[in-house]
Amino acid sequence: MARKALTGLVLVVGVALLATGCGSTNDVSNNPPAGSSSGSGTYFGTRICDRADNSRPGYAAPFPDLPGGASTLSGAGSTFIAPMMSYWTKAYSTSSGVQVAYQSIGSGGGVAQILAGTVDFGASDTGMSVADQAKAKGPILQLPLLLGAVVPAYHLSGVSSGLKFTGDVLGKIYAGKIRMWDDPALTALNPQVKLPKEPIAVVHRSDGSGTTNIWTDYLTKASPTWVSTLGGPSGSTGKTVAWPTGIGGKGNEGVSGQVNQTEGALGYLELQYALAQNSTYGQVQNKAGNFIQPCVATVTRAVNGVTFPPDLNTSLTDGTDPEAYPISGTTYALIHQNQTDAAKGAALVNFLGWVLSKGQDFTADLNYAPLGTGLQQLAVNQLKQVTVNGRPAIR
Amino acid sequence: MTRLADTCAPPRRMRARWPGGDTAFRVAVTAASAFVIVVLVATAVFLLRQAWPALRHYGVLSFLGSDRWAPSEATASSAHPNPYGIAQFVYGSAVTSLIAMALAVPVAVAVSLYLTEIAPSWLRKPLSGLIDLLAAIPSVVYGFWGIFALIPAIRPAGTRLSQTLGSTPVLGPVLAGPFFGVSYAAAGIVLAIMVLPIITAICREVFATVPTTDKESALALGATRWEILRMAVLPRSRSGIAGAAVLGLGRALGETIAVTMVIGNSVLSITTSVLGPGATMPSVIANEFTESTEPFHLQSLMVVAAWLLLITLSVNVVGRLVVRRSGEESA
Repeated sequence: MARKALTGLVLVVGVALLATGCGSTNDVSNNPPAGSSSGSGTYFGTRICDRADNSRPGYAAPFPDLPGGASTLSGAGSTFIAPMMSYWTKAYSTSSGVQVAYQSIGSGGGVAQILAGTVDFGASDTGMSVADQAKAKGPILQLPLLLGAVVPAYHLSGVSSGLKFTGDVLGKIYAGKIRMWDDPALTALNPQVKLPKEPIAVVHRSDGSGTTNIWTDYLTKASPTWVSTLGGPSGSTGKTVAWPTGIGGKGNEGVSGQVNQTEGALGYLELQYALAQNSTYGQVQNKAGNFIQPCVATVTRAVNGVTFPPDLNTSLTDGTDPEAYPISGTTYALIHQNQTDAAKGAALVNFLGWVLSKGQDFTADLNYAPLGTGLQQLAVNQLKQVTVNGRPAIR
Repeated sequence: MTRLADTCAPPRRMRARWPGGDTAFRVAVTAASAFVIVVLVATAVFLLRQAWPALRHYGVLSFLGSDRWAPSEATASSAHPNPYGIAQFVYGSAVTSLIAMALAVPVAVAVSLYLTEIAPSWLRKPLSGLIDLLAAIPSVVYGFWGIFALIPAIRPAGTRLSQTLGSTPVLGPVLAGPFFGVSYAAAGIVLAIMVLPIITAICREVFATVPTTDKESALALGATRWEILRMAVLPRSRSGIAGAAVLGLGRALGETIAVTMVIGNSVLSITTSVLGPGATMPSVIANEFTESTEPFHLQSLMVVAAWLLLITLSVNVVGRLVVRRSGEESA
């Protein structure tokens, strides 16, 4: 009896050690932890996440504020970016006096609202499709605003954060091919963890979602089983897919509620939601074969090696950087290139200019990653193309 | 003397009033009633108009004929097969409502019998009030209760049930696991509590219409209290109870948010196990309308809404007819 208890203790300690960073495969630095930038995060796994590098890039304002801006702006869309957006709008109204009202209605709603012209900017976690762009009155600019991660969050009593997953294993779980936590594929990846003989309660979004798009885009790249179960890559990626198994939760908060409430659950969450709800979440193997903990530093690296097309509309999942977290994505601001209201146009350019410079310093506070120098420059260049009634807004 | 003054005074005041008041009042109340009908008809017309593009594209019958809902497979051009099959939602609504009825009707009948026949008179009012109060609890609160209290409580039992009976031949498909809590069963239990007040209220009235003479005759023949209920009260109230149940059913079919929170929202096809996650007609609408960006997605949700309206309307009409007939019988 005592012996059994002792074994249990050793196991728990082993798990704890694993969770605090020992035994991870890609320690790239021996720097002491620099302290978390947010204070809310549980830090574990790879040491790279403890280095607060790049989290406050301190970009200079790209151009002086345009005069004559309106005092209110409205935006709508992505729920993925909503926590950051409410932080930004609050900070921006304090510093500039301009009130920006952002409605978190979902990426699809963001696209629909900018097409309908009811908001000054939309926000979407996926770039606008060519078909949607054709419906717009005039060309639409797409500006990446930040980087974020989607993480596999789970609820297993006695198992802490840091469980290792590969894209193929996640794909097989979501395809309904791996049904138990003690499946050989999972135990082989996590030999130090005693996984219970329990069914996996797969949790996914019940509403259409940009978060789902990032998640399924990654599964499609990393798991042939996922693609074949969903009948090909066109069916296996998107804001909604035909989930073969699992429980649906509405919104990130619906999924996180379901995961936290259900023993044996596995769901996917935007990193900030996972941290805010104290969910346990795993590491995912990237293209280079390293198991990567999602955090500001590893998400920032997701853009390394990515070639952006002129409209900046591309997928950031499964990046080639050996330290990049593979399930990363961005949220785009969608704006009309030609602004017909001079005051609104000026205010919009000022606000987005602020988001792309000063605003980037706040991203790490909410566990999003700032845009890297290259991408930030590309986004600013997009913003500089804005015209007011045909004349360039920034001269 | 005072009475005389009372009867004399009004005519004088009346003459001072505007003579058209009567007509105006009649017009106003008629307009209000007409407005209700107009709203109902306008809702139905609106739903059909919104649903029409999808109905025309896929065919009116193809929606109920399929149980595969996969909006991501919809394209603007192809119409076959219809990716918006809704049979599983009709099934989910039916299963959850039937579970609710099976649980709520016996309890409601028992409660009403207690309130009308057995409870001491000082207890009747406060207890009835308490039950009516159940109807005042917002449904989102029931949903919360379902997630945080009910599901953790039923999960061990449900898991054991699915493990012992989940692989037996007849019951197997109905009780197959794994059981994660969110399920048709959980939704049915939440609904049962939600429809309890409405069924109890109607049953109470139905039992109250049983003539005292009937009960007294039974008593005179030496019937015990139970026998009075069995021989005098219940037979007269049978169709009234049925009507109450049907009205409760109408309420259960339309309940949205509480069900959405506990049913698990698995939309792809029919889940046969009552311990598995599923979806109902209102839940799929609540979940998907905000991001219905696929071709014909929103229009297909309108089709679901139109069918839901049709089903709940007919259920309510049937319920009212049955209740009315029972009222005539006992009169």
